[in-house]
Amino acid sequence: MITAEQKPVTEIINYISPYRRILLVGCNECVTVCAAGGKKEVGILASVLHLHFLKQGKNLEIDEITLERQCDPEYVEELAPHIDRADAILSMACGCGVQTIASRYKEKIVFPAVNTKFMGASESQGIWAERCQGCGDCMLGITGGICPVARCSKHLLNGPCGGTSNGQCEIGPETDCAWRLIWERLKELGMEDRYEEIMEAKDWRPSGGAGPRKIIREDLSL
Amino acid sequence: MKVNTQSNLEKVLKAGHLGVTSECGPPRGSDPEEVKEKGSLIKDHVDAVNVTDNQTAMTRMSSLAACVHLKLMGIEPVLQMVTRDRNRVALQSDILGAASFDIPNMLCLSGDHQSFGDCAQGQNVHDLDSMQLVQTVRHMRDEGKFLGGDDIKRPPKIFVGAAANPFADPFEIRVPRLAKKIACGAEFIQTQCIYNLDKFEEWMKQVCDRGLHEKTFIMAGMTPMKSVGMAKYMKNRVPGMDVPNEVIDRLAGVDKKDQAQEGIDICVEAIQRLKEIEGVSGFHIMAIEWEEKVPEIVERSGLYPRPEV
Repeated sequence: MITAEQKPVTEIINYISPYRRILLVGCNECVTVCAAGGKKEVGILASVLHLHFLKQGKNLEIDEITLERQCDPEYVEELAPHIDRADAILSMACGCGVQTIASRYKEKIVFPAVNTKFMGASESQGIWAERCQGCGDCMLGITGGICPVARCSKHLLNGPCGGTSNGQCEIGPETDCAWRLIWERLKELGMEDRYEEIMEAKDWRPSGGAGPRKIIREDLSL
Repeated sequence: MKVNTQSNLEKVLKAGHLGVTSECGPPRGSDPEEVKEKGSLIKDHVDAVNVTDNQTAMTRMSSLAACVHLKLMGIEPVLQMVTRDRNRVALQSDILGAASFDIPNMLCLSGDHQSFGDCAQGQNVHDLDSMQLVQTVRHMRDEGKFLGGDDIKRPPKIFVGAAANPFADPFEIRVPRLAKKIACGAEFIQTQCIYNLDKFEEWMKQVCDRGLHEKTFIMAGMTPMKSVGMAKYMKNRVPGMDVPNEVIDRLAGVDKKDQAQEGIDICVEAIQRLKEIEGVSGFHIMAIEWEEKVPEIVERSGLYPRPEV
């Protein structure tokens, strides 16, 4: 999923302070799972903002709505009846959601309330970690299901650098060396010979090197 | 053994001599005298001088420019290039730039992570990794072509090296990793600083068991300790470094004013021991900001005078 974290409240306040009527929009997908921008967080942020502006003698009107998916025009359309009542939109979705709103409601300013972080998975309760960089040419089939592009700090494709200590990355003990994990996994699978296959220079075009990416499925297009 | 370049280092190694290299870290400024001075301190005692490429990710004078200063003094440089800061366009371009000055050696590295340096906010590149960089230089030299397939007018004639760290984790991947670097075309290897001689010998035995020492020249990396403080720093703070407690205890066991000399002694003794090990083709002496000690180390290790080839 796409992970996100709420922005510092002071930054959000700076964005919306010129406005009085705010449409605060959550998303039921990834940001709900990572507890950054779902219905619950929309409610909490609305209370925090209310309180802040009340202390300053300003009665903020906040319309709270949580959409099924903010990155989907079909659901973003549901905001249409609420738009006229808002001076500004505050989105708690990832950057995809913010941009979908911005492109649909061109006359309204939209602010992000979260920082979109990475494509990751839950490691344990309350901990998410990066797992994929969307390189567009998945090599997990030859690296034992562990991605060196996303999980090696240097995106090294042919093995660990010389900085690994106690199985951890040189950048710090909280990061596992991806190549140590790959090696251990290949050994478990009895496939450590695979390690010596040389990975040639990667074609980064599908990774974004060729510019912003798009998927066009003619079989699904109307 | 066929010599492919004008590299003195290549000729020395292929003639069967133990090679000796050292290194020069370029300054954090534009004064060329610092590089020249370091070079002049060591030039008579080594076959070639490595010039580091923004080591520990601290911004410095470019490796290529510093190499040119050495080359113009008649000192043979080993251009170190890391893949951290440049994509394949810039790497190939700098390889040609180096070749235009007839810089005959290159060491291909991934480079320390930028978070260690003075531009931690910067983005790293790593378009290629160190093995792919080895492949790239060999392709440019041997095929006379760019990665993109076009012909190179006057292809670079460069003796190509890579690094190996026998001490980083996981230990058992370190020999296969060396094999991979050799398969990519690494003609010489300079290792991480060796303090744990037993572990190095264990690694080297595995290297020899696979016959890898016959496919590349392995130069053992040596860095003399200046003090017990440096030894502790290396042990605890430098990623991938293995400093046994015996080294620290030995330095701690002498007066502070004698620790530097003790460090030199440890280094010389290590070289003398490793000279006898099968698979060791030479020594890469990295006396960090202590270049003036290189002649003493080389002479006392019985590696002087350097052969004329």
